[in-house]
Order: sequence, then C-alpha cells, then structure tokens
Amino acid sequence: MGCGLCEVHCIVAHSKTKDIVKAYNKESPKPISRVRREISKPVSFAIQCRHCEDAPCVTACLAGAMTKDVATGEVSHNKDKCMGCWTCVMVCPYGAIKMDKENKVVAKCDLCQGQIEPACVANCPNQALLFIEVKR
Amino acid sequence: MAKYVIVGASAAGVGAVEAIRAVDPTGTITIITEEACAYYSRPMISDLVSGKADLQKMKCKTDDFFAKCGTEVLINKQVTVLNIADKTLTLEDGGIVSYEKLLLATGGKPFVPKMEGQEKDGVFTFTTLSDAQRLAAKIDSVNARSAVVIGAGLIGISVTEALVKRGLKVTVVELQEKILSLLLDPKASDIVEAVIRKAGVNFATGQSVQKIFGRPENDAAVGGVVLTKGETVPCDLVVVAIGVIPRTELVAGTLVKTNRGIVVDNTLQTSVPDVYASGDVAEAFDFILNMNRLLPLWPLAVEEGRVAGSNMAGKKATYGGGTNMSSLKYFGIPIVSIGNANPKADDTTVEVMVKLDAENNVYKKLVLKNNIIVGMTMVNCIERAGVFFNLMKKQINVKKFKLGLLSDDFGLAVLPRSLQRKMSVIQ
Repeated sequence: MGCGLCEVHCIVAHSKTKDIVKAYNKESPKPISRVRREISKPVSFAIQCRHCEDAPCVTACLAGAMTKDVATGEVSHNKDKCMGCWTCVMVCPYGAIKMDKENKVVAKCDLCQGQIEPACVANCPNQALLFIEVKR
Repeated sequence: MAKYVIVGASAAGVGAVEAIRAVDPTGTITIITEEACAYYSRPMISDLVSGKADLQKMKCKTDDFFAKCGTEVLINKQVTVLNIADKTLTLEDGGIVSYEKLLLATGGKPFVPKMEGQEKDGVFTFTTLSDAQRLAAKIDSVNARSAVVIGAGLIGISVTEALVKRGLKVTVVELQEKILSLLLDPKASDIVEAVIRKAGVNFATGQSVQKIFGRPENDAAVGGVVLTKGETVPCDLVVVAIGVIPRTELVAGTLVKTNRGIVVDNTLQTSVPDVYASGDVAEAFDFILNMNRLLPLWPLAVEEGRVAGSNMAGKKATYGGGTNMSSLKYFGIPIVSIGNANPKADDTTVEVMVKLDAENNVYKKLVLKNNIIVGMTMVNCIERAGVFFNLMKKQINVKKFKLGLLSDDFGLAVLPRSLQRKMSVIQ
C-alpha cells in the first residue's frame, strides 16, 4: 500500500519514549527510521537491512562497527564504534543504511532485538512484511 | 614455523586472518607488525587528534580477536629480509620466521618530497596511530595555534578537520588547482572548498611549499613556511599529507615482480608461488579502468586480504576488483565519489548527467559509458549511493530508467521488476 506505517513504528521502536506522538514530534535527537518505504506506483515496498550473506557494509566498515554474527547471520551495527564515515552507505546495494546526522553515526535495522517480531512487521496492516527464520 | 605468515596487521592482514580461519581452523598463523598496536582503524586517527575517539574506540576488533582465532601476533617487529628460496623472513632483532604461505600486507608510507627545513621539530606525516599520538601531544606541548597542511587529498582534509576542531588556524597547500582532485570534479571540489573555507580554513592551491623555516628563538622548531609563489605563512606545525607510496622494500631484489606496487593476479598471488600481496602495497584490479593499479583504500584492502587468505588456505577465491571510491564526512558535508567521476571534457565516449542545487550544496553527477554507470559523485545526498554503486559494479544497462536516475525519489522501486529480482531486492 505504501502507507508508511512501518517507518512510523520503526521510529517509535527506536525512540526513548516509545510514545508515537512524542517520538515523532518531540524527541531530540530525532529517532531515525531504519526502514524505508520505496514507492513507484503501482509498486511499493519496504526496504530494510537484508543482513546479506557476504555483507558489503561489514567488509567496508572503517571502524569495526559493522559485524556479521556467524551463528545467526545478523548484521549488526555498534553505534559506539561507528565513526560516521558513511562508507557503509556508499556500498549498501539496497540503500538500507540510514544516516543519523544529529548523532553523526549510521542507523540500520536491528530486527528489534528483544521483541517477538520487528515493529515494522507487527504493525504492517496488510501483512506485506513477514518475519521468518531462514534455514541455511 | 607457522603455516601462514602475514606481514602487516592492518586492514589487509586482518582480513586475511579471518579468511584463513574460515577455511583452515587449525593451521598456525603468525602476523607481524612494526607497530605497537595490531589492528586499529587508520582512518580514525584524525578522530584521535580531535579528541573524538580514544585508542579503545579505534580498535576494530575485540581485544581477544587474535587469541580467539589462534593467531600469534608479533608487535614492534620489523621484517628486514625476505628469503624466497628458504621461505623465511628475518627480523631486525635477528629472529627468523619461516612460512609455507606468505602474505605481504606492508601497506604504504607517506611520501615526503625534499623540502628545505623538513627535518625541523614540528613537521609530521599522518598515516599511523603513532603519527596521530605524536601530533596530538605536540599540539598540547607547544600550545599550537596554527598549522600548514601540505596536500588536499583525503588525508590532508581529514587532518585539517581534526586541527580545526582543536582550535588551530589551518592553511592547506595543494599543488593542484582544486582540492580532492583525485576524487572530485571541479564543481564538487568547489562546493566542498567553500564549506571548508567557511570553517575558517585557508587554501593555497596551485602551489607547494618551497621551504620550512624555524622560529626566531629556536631555529630547530617550525616557525612557518614559504610557498612557491612567494607568500610566507607563519605556523607552529606542518603536516605533510601528499600521498602514500607502497612499501615494496622487502621484495626489492627478489623474484617478486613489482611495478609501482607489487604485481598480483586475481587471486592476489604475486609472481612467486605461495607469496601473496594485498592492500596498499599491491596493484589489484580496478573494474572501472579494467587494469591493475594501486588503490590505497581501506575497504579494498580488507577485501583483497580476504581473497588472499582464502587462496592461501586452499579455497579458491577470485578478486572482483575495486575502484577509486571514497565517502567523506568532513566538515559536515557528506560526499560519495566512485570510479571515473571526472572524465576529461573532450571524452566523447561518455555521457555525463548532472543535477545541481547550489543553494543547498546538493550535487549529483553520473558518468555513463554505453548506458553503464562508470562514475558518480553525490554531494549532500548520499543515502542511496550504494544503489548506484551496485548498478555500477554489476554493470547494469540503465537505458530504460535513465531519466529517473537523478530524480529525488530515485530508489529501488524505480528499477524495472526484472532488475529488482536480479539485484535480489524482491524474491
């Protein structure tokens, strides 16, 4: 549908207050959505980190901030290590890495650690987003 | 005797350790570095000077990384001789290390041209952790207020930003007429230069430093420079950031073939079997220029190290190539520039697409050859740069959606459905 609720709920999930209105309008620094709605009618879809098998962002990271968990396959980003050089942004084939310019680091999908399923999936009104385990 | 020996413990060397371990869990690995710290982020040394990062932040791997992958690390060790017939390395302290497979990841060293006064106290290069530590200490000890940076490339601009953050007045001297000229076209260069000037930096382009002079009270300490056009610039520090030259000295006089750097094939093996080279010292493949050449860039060094490591451990891997590619964060203006972003004006084989929003310093440029993207620059609008880079790397014909490429809402959805599948956007 291209409704953009995935972006809204991603922002809330990554906010301090977890309150939809405050997260969207008041929080500073502003929480960043790690999912992007791509629209070119009639096509629309949501793009977030694909946790690539051979992730270009992990190879390219100048700071050791982007790592691939061999066991789970998750690509995760450590903002405390990040130097904000944007090299991962340059190489991500999906354009799935967002720039948090206020904090001078990148932000990407962390699969909503600790939740049953990511906020974008849980709140997609059309069940267009699915969270499933892929056997390798 | 170690099965695998790696000289150099930076991007390429550590990339190789990881790749070797992915294939061979037990073969012994020794990695040798002349530095006191194995594996830190070289690109982050400017953050050390500015005070934004400490050594712990700069470490790219956890402290137990080498122990976990069963790798012996020799720090503060200089390798002086490579003996190919015996398959040994001689260390400066007389120690001998023998190998079955060797990786030369010796990197580059700063190029410092002959200049009068270059031996004075207060002249620095800027590539290693110890360079940064010494520079930071000097700024404190002499309470430095001003600096001259020679060279307006990546390193020069990064150190300039760090010095500005430390409150120094900086003059950047650049031989070319434009800054970042190896990366940017004149338009993009002008945009960045204006932003950096606003931060209080002076530029002296189209010239170099003819001499460094001393202080009235102490001739041995830097007091300023005289530029080739005659101008005198007083300063407390000089940072030479002209470029790096590959450290090929270990292979001089051996059978390992060199050009400007060490010549390698697409498995990163040198002309001598069992001897590999990666990173700033190696001439690896450039997929845009379709030739091997020096490309001293961190991400490429990691990738090359991985390919070399895999081959050393017996799992065949081929290097797909890199190209001149950098992302810049300096002075708050994000830039990505890749490949042939600055073709000659009379090059009729390429098509150039440009979009400029001068008011907001937004500039996009694509260079196409036969409808394949071969170069790009994005200033202040880099968030989807990777999508373009992927089109470039996969050499996708963009003819069908060419008009949409520079639009503000260009993204994956704009690509034809068949291409979305090809680029694994949708399953």
